[in-house]
Amino acid sequence: MIVAERKPMAEIVEMVQDCKKILVLACRGCVTVCSAGGEREAEILSSLIRLGMKKAGKSIEITTGSLVRQCDREYIDEIDQWDGQYDAVVSTACGVGVNFISNLRKDTMVYPALNTTFFGGSAEQGEWTEQCAGCGDCVLHLTGGLCPVARCAKSLMNGPCGGSVDGKCEIHRDVECIWQSIHDRLASFDRSAQMEVIAPIRDWSTAGHGGPRKVVRDDLTV
Amino acid sequence: MSFDPVITLFSCHYTSQQSCAAEGKELEQLGFPSSINLVRVPCTGKLQITTLLKAFEDGADGVYVVGCPEDGCHNVKGSIRAAKRVAAVRAALEELGVEGERVQMYHLPRGLHPEFVAKGKEMDARIRDLGPSPFSN
Ligand code: SF4
Ligand code: SF4
Repeated sequence: MIVAERKPMAEIVEMVQDCKKILVLACRGCVTVCSAGGEREAEILSSLIRLGMKKAGKSIEITTGSLVRQCDREYIDEIDQWDGQYDAVVSTACGVGVNFISNLRKDTMVYPALNTTFFGGSAEQGEWTEQCAGCGDCVLHLTGGLCPVARCAKSLMNGPCGGSVDGKCEIHRDVECIWQSIHDRLASFDRSAQMEVIAPIRDWSTAGHGGPRKVVRDDLTV
Repeated sequence: MSFDPVITLFSCHYTSQQSCAAEGKELEQLGFPSSINLVRVPCTGKLQITTLLKAFEDGADGVYVVGCPEDGCHNVKGSIRAAKRVAAVRAALEELGVEGERVQMYHLPRGLHPEFVAKGKEMDARIRDLGPSPFSN
């Protein structure tokens, strides 16, 4: 899922300084699962914005709502139900949601309540870790299912840099050296020889270095 | 600065049994500050962050939670959950430039116990010291 976290309150309160009424709009997708921007977090945020504005001697009217997702045109249409109730939307979706509303609503000002951070999973309750960087040219079949692009601090493609100690990355003792883990996992499947195969120079254009990416599925378009 | 603070206390009914003693008069007799409005909840673990924030929105100058000892919660982890939520509210207050000490968590033994009154007095003194809530503009 997409993992995100709330922006600092001072930053959010600053965004809405001139608003009289806002719609705090939750997303029931990924950000609900990572407890950053679901309905509960939108309620908390609304309360904090009201308090922040009170402290600044201002008042603000807040409507709190949610969409199934903010990354689909059909759901964005549901914003119509709050027409006239806000000067701006504060979205608790990931950056995709904020962009989608901006794309589709030319008259609606929309502010991001979250910092969108990475594609990750929940390793423990309340803890999320980055697993994939969406590079568009997956190599997991060669690396024992562990991603060197997202999980190696240097995104190395041909084994460890030489700085790892006891299986830990040289950038921090808490970070596993993913190349050590790739090696150990390949070995456990008796596929250590894969480590000797030289990875070709990568074409990073699929990773966003070739401009904004797009996927079109002809079988799904009508 | 001298003012009459408004303080909201959320306490689980195990630790706030004193509030029922002598038809509610015992706390008063023991000198429990009159600035404190006690809200009894079945378990502090049920308290949501929004409930604590709402107390500030409703005009509280300070908010505190009293739950069971960490290793002796009637509902096992209720008071630990409450402490985490109090910490989240404290961090959010600080992000808004407000003193984090305006919200507190105490883990106290269950039943009739003098510490319940002592912590009430401590909270009352702390909030008097901090002055009125910056949200009461
Ligand atoms: S808008 Fe973002 S957070 Fe919500 S479902 Fe879509 S991708 Fe996930
Ligand atoms: S190789 Fe690319 S697509 Fe595959 S997991 Fe890593 S970043 Fe994601």
